[in-house]
Amino acid sequence: MLWNQIVRVGLLGLAIGATCLGLADDDEHGEHEGRSQRRTIAVASNPQYQAECASCHMLYPPGLLPARSWQAMMGGLKNHFGDNAALDEKTTAELTQFLVKNAADQSSASRSQKIAQSIKDVPLRFTETAYFKRKHHEISSQIWQRKAIGSPAKCVACHSRAEAGIFDEDEVRIPR
Amino acid sequence: MKNSFFRSTAFSLLVFVPVTVFAEPVSSMLARYRDEARKSSADFQEFSIERGKRFYLQAKASASGSISCATCHTVDPTQLGQTRAGKVIEPLAPTANPKRFTDAAKVEKWFTRNCDDVLKRNCSAQEKGDFISYLVSIK
Repeated sequence: MLWNQIVRVGLLGLAIGATCLGLADDDEHGEHEGRSQRRTIAVASNPQYQAECASCHMLYPPGLLPARSWQAMMGGLKNHFGDNAALDEKTTAELTQFLVKNAADQSSASRSQKIAQSIKDVPLRFTETAYFKRKHHEISSQIWQRKAIGSPAKCVACHSRAEAGIFDEDEVRIPR
Repeated sequence: MKNSFFRSTAFSLLVFVPVTVFAEPVSSMLARYRDEARKSSADFQEFSIERGKRFYLQAKASASGSISCATCHTVDPTQLGQTRAGKVIEPLAPTANPKRFTDAAKVEKWFTRNCDDVLKRNCSAQEKGDFISYLVSIK
């Protein structure tokens, strides 16, 4: 009985340890099973989000920014990076709720958690976060300016499955 | 067995009940803008296709001055346009895209956004009516 308990506690400890190691593992160089799942930014399917937001720009996974950023973004749609993207009150409230619920700091996806941990302020542009800059430090300004890219905000130019929350380094194809 | 048959029948009914989408004829949308235009100006006569075309191609805020409707929707409204962020915009002319001007709320949403972007003000009812008259006139 006692031995049985000791073994169980031991196994639990091992399991926790392994999980911690797994989380601490660098997501770009890990070679473990299921790593692509861990790297994913959770994507919540929402036809309203697709229709209202992704008709003008790519569908940014909500897990790229913390809840407070989405709240600030949705509170300022009349001047959305220089454009008027105003929505009616009901739609604004529904989409805010959706974005907040799936935000980086609410997500169980590891990349979102890392993003959330790295952000201290309330950024509106993911591309201005330290996390983004660290991950793209080797990309020169000439590359960003290529016609097929144009802006760091156009994730899909190099990460073809960005709208599905997949940003694996092995899948990156930088257009010429 | 019988039970599951009923259940699946009920389920298929649920799935296949046609979804009716209310589509307003463009004439009634224009009638509302006409009433509004009359209320705001005693001089208003009728919408003009010509004025709508000019507005589509030339309307610019004096402050920024660099964009018009045609910047994103192209000079030919039967063609695909492109947003500033690079997304395709379906054609504005109903001849190429019959869904245009069938949903009053959607039409107002885009007038609110785009008039502010291009003109830095709201569009008048006359401008909206001219604009729609021009686009529906395109064959």
